[in-house]
Amino acid sequence: MSREQQAVAGARRAFQTGRSRCLEHRVRQLKNLQRLLTECRGDIAGAMKKDLRKSEVVVQMYETLGLEEEIALAVRKLKEWAAPRPVEKNLLTVSDAVYVQAEPLGVVLIIGAWNYPWAVTLQPLIGAIAAGNAAVIKPSEVCVHTAKLMDELLPLYLDTELYPVVTGGVPETQELLRQRFDHIFYTGSGAVGKLIMAAAAQHLTPVTLELGGKSPCYIDSDCDIAVACRRVAWGKFTNCGQTCIAPDYVLCQPAAQQRLIQELHKAIKEFYTDDPKTCPDYGRIINRRHFRRIVSMMEDSTVAVGGDNDEEDCFIAPTVLRDVKPDAKVMQEEIFGPLLPIVTVDGLDEAIRFINRGEKPLALYVFSHDAKVIQKMREETSSGGLLANDCLVHYSVNSLPFGGVGNSGMGCYHGKHTFDRLSHLRACLIKTLKMEGMNNMRYPPHTAGKLGWARFFVLKNLNLGWIGRLLLLAAVAVLAAVVIQKYQLLRQLDR
Amino acid sequence: MSNPPSPSPANWFKSLRRTRLGEPCLKTYPLQYEEQLKRARVSFQARRSIKENFRLAQLEAVLRMLEEHECDFVDALGRDLHKPRFETVVSELIPVKNEALHAISNLKKWMQPQQVERNLSTTLDECLVVNEPLGVVFIMGTWCSPVQMCLVPLVGAIAAGNCAIISPSVCTAHTAALLQRLIPSYLDNECFHVILAGTNDLADIVELKFDHVFFSGTREEGSRIAQAAAQCLTPITLVLGGKNPCYVDQHCDITITAQRIAWARFHNSGQSLVAPDYILCHSDVKTRLVQALKCCLMRFYGSDPRESSSFCRMVNLDIFNRTKDLLWRSGKVVLGGQVTEAEKYIAPTILTEVDESDPIMQQDLFGPVLPVLSVNNVDETIAFINKQEKPLCVYVYSNNSKVISRVMSETSSGSFCSNDSTLQSLIVTLPFGGVGASGIGAYHGRYSFDTFSHRKSCLLRSTHLECVTSLRYPPYDDRNLSLITWGSSLSWKSQGWCHIL
Repeated sequence: MSREQQAVAGARRAFQTGRSRCLEHRVRQLKNLQRLLTECRGDIAGAMKKDLRKSEVVVQMYETLGLEEEIALAVRKLKEWAAPRPVEKNLLTVSDAVYVQAEPLGVVLIIGAWNYPWAVTLQPLIGAIAAGNAAVIKPSEVCVHTAKLMDELLPLYLDTELYPVVTGGVPETQELLRQRFDHIFYTGSGAVGKLIMAAAAQHLTPVTLELGGKSPCYIDSDCDIAVACRRVAWGKFTNCGQTCIAPDYVLCQPAAQQRLIQELHKAIKEFYTDDPKTCPDYGRIINRRHFRRIVSMMEDSTVAVGGDNDEEDCFIAPTVLRDVKPDAKVMQEEIFGPLLPIVTVDGLDEAIRFINRGEKPLALYVFSHDAKVIQKMREETSSGGLLANDCLVHYSVNSLPFGGVGNSGMGCYHGKHTFDRLSHLRACLIKTLKMEGMNNMRYPPHTAGKLGWARFFVLKNLNLGWIGRLLLLAAVAVLAAVVIQKYQLLRQLDR
Repeated sequence: MSNPPSPSPANWFKSLRRTRLGEPCLKTYPLQYEEQLKRARVSFQARRSIKENFRLAQLEAVLRMLEEHECDFVDALGRDLHKPRFETVVSELIPVKNEALHAISNLKKWMQPQQVERNLSTTLDECLVVNEPLGVVFIMGTWCSPVQMCLVPLVGAIAAGNCAIISPSVCTAHTAALLQRLIPSYLDNECFHVILAGTNDLADIVELKFDHVFFSGTREEGSRIAQAAAQCLTPITLVLGGKNPCYVDQHCDITITAQRIAWARFHNSGQSLVAPDYILCHSDVKTRLVQALKCCLMRFYGSDPRESSSFCRMVNLDIFNRTKDLLWRSGKVVLGGQVTEAEKYIAPTILTEVDESDPIMQQDLFGPVLPVLSVNNVDETIAFINKQEKPLCVYVYSNNSKVISRVMSETSSGSFCSNDSTLQSLIVTLPFGGVGASGIGAYHGRYSFDTFSHRKSCLLRSTHLECVTSLRYPPYDDRNLSLITWGSSLSWKSQGWCHIL
């Protein structure tokens, strides 16, 4: 038996004992995870610095803070989420219990990504634990030090049988995908997403795929350009552009381009100084393969800001490209790097047409003071999420479902959505063996009379809520009549 | 800086591609369906199906179609399955009508963006979830409920604002032809198309790329569809067959239990995704249950069910032969067992002395055969059920609520019903779908609307209060982080009053 097979078999055996279902167990594991994040802050930051040149502050702000919020939410709301959810009844089920019960799925496979390894690997894990599942965690091997740290730390805080960590590269992941899971949660590229979905299809395993795409950013002429550019620069150059929801490219009118470039330049200087290479807050590209991929994208476009790079250090300066053509290299695939192309369009309509020619992106950004512009963009385009007048922050609102559509992914998570996604919502109808008289109309031999009754009772032409209100009204009317009558009687007696 | 190995997607492709020996290199896609898909896509891009009025008009047209052509549906299903009028109306037409009525009365509410709870940093912003149509959906029906399994998902797709291609099962040829004839007369011809595709072509059609695919049928077919959908990252809903267990406890009213089970099992001549497939009967009451079932069947269908107008036939010879084969090679026949090939008739049959390894317990059953197995207690029942794949439904008949509770919490299935069968799939407010090998996703009522929608998160901010926002910009220092952390902890501790704000 391979190591991967053993981990999955062990997780399944542990799940079948039923201990992951118990609410106290789930809360305990979540609180242990919280302790991991608090106690190992230093180690986590150290590993991230080696992998992506991220500072401790950045790691906390963008990775662990969000996780701590999710854990706190899950611990607080777990009882409510796991309770039966009653539904509206019909005339035939008035005396029955009708509800939806959230149940664990079984063993979930979580395949993490390298750009925000803690956030993207642990957030689904929080939901998996909260939903009562076992989970096999496969951190991305690309962020070497963080994967190694996860492999060391998670077994120290979590139940090792229920939540094993499996590290490794392509062969190990292939071996994992040959095993059977009850759900596979993957964050990464579309190309690999297809392979994962195909492997899952062999076992009829449902998947959640958090993929990417080219997230457009439309900057209207009617907006505060200075603030917009700061926010776009922040959204773009955080983590060196290696964010699935980073604004990929900007659409603006030709007249606004020069001002935009100036403001972006100003923002870049403010954030990362005149020499981003020496700035501790500016990251690096994860590896040389990605470095080369990104640098080659600049080839057929004009650099307006930045452009310098150093392969030895995997450094690419925050770069803005101007007058970019739709068929330029940089517009052919998701950039996932610190290049911000500006494509000029004549106005909102052309921008919408441009966006709709491409695949549905994970995020769409629109900067404008005009609510009508925002509404039009919202109604006439489709994307995983839409954010007006800012970048990235919709990720941190855990009541908003986060996920893609079309090529940018399927399924959503964050907060309660993760819990629901990694649960089976089972329909339950609890009847008794009484009131059999009602059922006689459905039994053969079938007659026209029985059909008539069945039409009446089964066809949903009565709104129980409405009937309830009518009955209440009738009751109130009767009560009023009685009171008035009594009052009149009293008056008569007085006389 | 060390250079870690960097696996490229190209490596993935090479290593995970499976070589399929013996298959022809060229796929011949069914080109005639591409045209219809193109027309549907153009209509969707022109935003034809999106307006509320359009959706309501189409839903009302579905209702009218079922009202005005009830006789045609009864006739078509009569020819395909020898289905009695009662069954056609009550289990095929009425469920679709209920779904359409439910969608019509709730559409406005469903289409409204939902406000969601905000956190401290988004207190002054608008946080919404907007329901958007997906695009063009592909709905593949199954033959055991040919009208319902096509039109109920269609109602959901229409309500959600999509265009659709519908492929009714060609096994029920008359019903498929009827739908192909009627739908263009009632629904918008550019947005909705009916195709008649063979089961083997369906996976190829899925690869033409849709925005969602809905399939009901067997597990093998479902897996092929899922693999085809994976090629284009198309989300899927699968409602698949399996073996639905039914536990009969020693503490229950045997007569009523037998009645309810017999109705559910022999309805549509056992050709159902949701009927109880086998009974696990407590050994104390087994004899009485079998006797009660026999009496029931006599009452329902008379001494010769072949003469009864209430009893259906097998859909085709393939299913007939398969069912006949399974029943003759398993257990002992205590009632029925007669077959007439010319009519594709199999009598309502009860088997006892069935072993777990018998063919009838190993393969999916579509026919009027009910194996009754003996168990000694609830533990044995639960262990037996959990050894099999997760089914679409689990049924329990008992007066003891603890028994019901135990079976429910210690097993898993798409849905669960105690003291009756099938009904949970007819309640429009409950999700209907499978789990594990019995399927992916759910539909019915609001769940259909959600299945065929994309829930888009929208966060609408303004460019004011930049002083607060600027806390997050570099250069990073610990002071900024402390402020953000404080704000975050305040936010999750006081989620209650933030909501009021």
